[in-house]
Amino acid sequence: MADAARNVTAPPLDSGAAQARPVSGEPVEMLLNMGPQHPSTHGVFRMVLWVDGEKIVDIVPHIGYLHRGSEKLCEGEQYHQVITLFDRLDYIANFNNEHVYVRAVERLMGLEVPERAEYLRVILCELNRIASHLLFIATMGLDAGAMTPSMFCFRGRERIQALFEAVSGARMMHNYFRIGGLKEDVPEDFMPRLRELMPQIREDLEESDKLLSFNEIFLARLKDISPVTAEDAIDYGLTGPCLRASGVEYDVRKAAPYSLYDRFDFNVPTGLDGDCWDRYYLRVQECYESLSIIEQAMEQMPAEGNVLSSLGRRLVRPPAGEVYVRAENPRGEIGVYLVSDGSDRPYRLKVRPPSFCNLSAIRLMLINTWVADSVVILGSLDIVMGEVDR
Amino acid sequence: MLISWADLGWILLSLFIMFNALSVVVLSLTWLERKALGRLQRRLGPTRSGPMGLLQPVADGIKLIIKEDIIPSSSEKAIFWGAPLIVMLSAFMIWVTIPGAQDAVIKNLDLGLFYIIAFSVIGILGLVLAGWGSANKYGTLGGLRAAAQLVSYEIPIIMVAVSVAMLAQSLDMREIVAQQSSYPFVLVQPLGLVVFFIAGLAEVGRTPFDIYFAESEIVGGPFVEYSGAHWSLFFLAEYINTFAIAALTVLLFFGGWQFPGVELAGYLAVIWFLFKVYLVILVIVWIRGTFPRLRIDQLMAFAWKVAVPLSFLTVVMTAIYQFYGWPAWSLTLMSLAGLVWVGYAIYRRMAGPASRVAQTKKRIQARQEELMAARRNRAERTRRG
Repeated sequence: MADAARNVTAPPLDSGAAQARPVSGEPVEMLLNMGPQHPSTHGVFRMVLWVDGEKIVDIVPHIGYLHRGSEKLCEGEQYHQVITLFDRLDYIANFNNEHVYVRAVERLMGLEVPERAEYLRVILCELNRIASHLLFIATMGLDAGAMTPSMFCFRGRERIQALFEAVSGARMMHNYFRIGGLKEDVPEDFMPRLRELMPQIREDLEESDKLLSFNEIFLARLKDISPVTAEDAIDYGLTGPCLRASGVEYDVRKAAPYSLYDRFDFNVPTGLDGDCWDRYYLRVQECYESLSIIEQAMEQMPAEGNVLSSLGRRLVRPPAGEVYVRAENPRGEIGVYLVSDGSDRPYRLKVRPPSFCNLSAIRLMLINTWVADSVVILGSLDIVMGEVDR
Repeated sequence: MLISWADLGWILLSLFIMFNALSVVVLSLTWLERKALGRLQRRLGPTRSGPMGLLQPVADGIKLIIKEDIIPSSSEKAIFWGAPLIVMLSAFMIWVTIPGAQDAVIKNLDLGLFYIIAFSVIGILGLVLAGWGSANKYGTLGGLRAAAQLVSYEIPIIMVAVSVAMLAQSLDMREIVAQQSSYPFVLVQPLGLVVFFIAGLAEVGRTPFDIYFAESEIVGGPFVEYSGAHWSLFFLAEYINTFAIAALTVLLFFGGWQFPGVELAGYLAVIWFLFKVYLVILVIVWIRGTFPRLRIDQLMAFAWKVAVPLSFLTVVMTAIYQFYGWPAWSLTLMSLAGLVWVGYAIYRRMAGPASRVAQTKKRIQARQEELMAARRNRAERTRRG
């Protein structure tokens, strides 16, 4: 079995931290299969760790356990039906996924979206970003062995999802955004509930932040674990918090403002060392930024108005052509490449999922770390297998 | 004949009582832990079975017993089968000589402390065997981790116990408690208490030292292949050991069943002792609700670089104090100085990461303040027109 692992091992990495720290001593090697049924591989990810005692010598990642052929399925569905498929890519951040897809189709059709609908989309997307990051903080704590922050975070996430349920009828898989707007206007008590929700989320965030972020043991577990340099991060195509942790200030919302993001003031937090702790802490900070964006959007949003343009109600037939649209998802930059042949179904649809690209750096990050670190490092990448495998 | 039938009957009866008492204790502990942990996490804990969920441990027990006990086909059957018994036996055996009050003990030994420490080590063997016998790599890793962890932390426990024995001039548990009638040993040897408690947590594998069965990494370690009744034996042993460490902490440092100023007798003494023990257990639960888990190398580094030297230091301090016959407060001062030194060492260890963490935090905060100031300026400008 060891020989088989040697054969599938990729050639050694040329750059990065992996080369800087050689494994010392006489190796006593063992293959350790982690996943797909493992509590900490965040879904059905599988890695075959080649360990020397507790040190990881090499790792072979295996993906594909959740492959559903989503991109091919999109070709057989009408444009409106594809939205449900996008819900199931990154199933932690459904609204963000729907958003990038409907924007792609709208761009192709040259469709104007009513302002109120766009504001509601931004609010829902940012709420979903917070919900996603809360889940990340929770699982990060669990991976490091702390169970209490997860309870605080899940409570916050559950509150957000209750609001989502009020809006769309579902906690997840909302199918709420439409090409040209939203399915329907939000319920009447949406704004009061949102106003009530904001301080609650802040409280949940602060609670877990105080308990976990600067805990000595948590720091010992996360600080200086698998630092990624800015060059490596760019070379591997990391995006989102994983890239920004390395000190690269890149956020699609700032770099190529889409939707209404040029109307809001917000910060793009960056890290110093690019280690696990930075990747963790950036997400905590991003939640606060998202809260600020939501507050601004609530102020600016028109109280009344249409939420679905009249064009969007009809059968969607974009003109023949192609379009590439990108957006900042909680996990990084998501890109949708859409080709239309003028019919009512996409001719070709390709997704650039952030989790998949971030996951490509797993070998660089894992080599020469400890077995116990592997779950923390994988957790800090914050992958969602629905998006990796599609 | 060595012992009479009456004696034999008496021994069997007392062992039976002990077994049942400990089982009840374990049930109460699981309930207490779940309830306290729930409260720490702003949950209710178990509420459904019985009043305040009091019957939850019973339901758990029934579930565990009627579950299928799977023995993996590739395992070493005998070892796999026997390992939980070894763990359980050592957990029960030490209770033979742990007194709950002056007379509430099955067999008080002159070398009680020695016996307790000697028997608690046997449990390690069971864990290693369980990990190895289950023919599972997670199990093997967990077993090896358990061996490394438990053997390392045995040393500080022994050395601190030695220093306590020097203070009490006895290894007899009852005598150790009796010696604390004027003041508990925690007042003269706080450093010893800290080392003993931390090493004790590591010894029974409680957070932050639950490394050998770390759920998120090696999915239960030596217990990964166990199910049903066999798994419940490990569970039982773990809680009995936790109880034992808490009881030993109380006996060695908090004066056992001694109530300041009053001579407690009979049941009252036992209740007072149990009250103290449960307080210590609540602290253990509190720690579990607060801290993440250390990594195995950090754990070993802590054992050999901090805990072991400190435990030797407690012995040296106690020896100096005993040899020169200094007043008791001199030992307190020496011990506190040791504690301060530990605090400083931990501070130095964490200063590097903590400063960079603070730097990151400060930078992000500065950016946020900049942004807020800019927003305020803009608002000001629009207001002026």
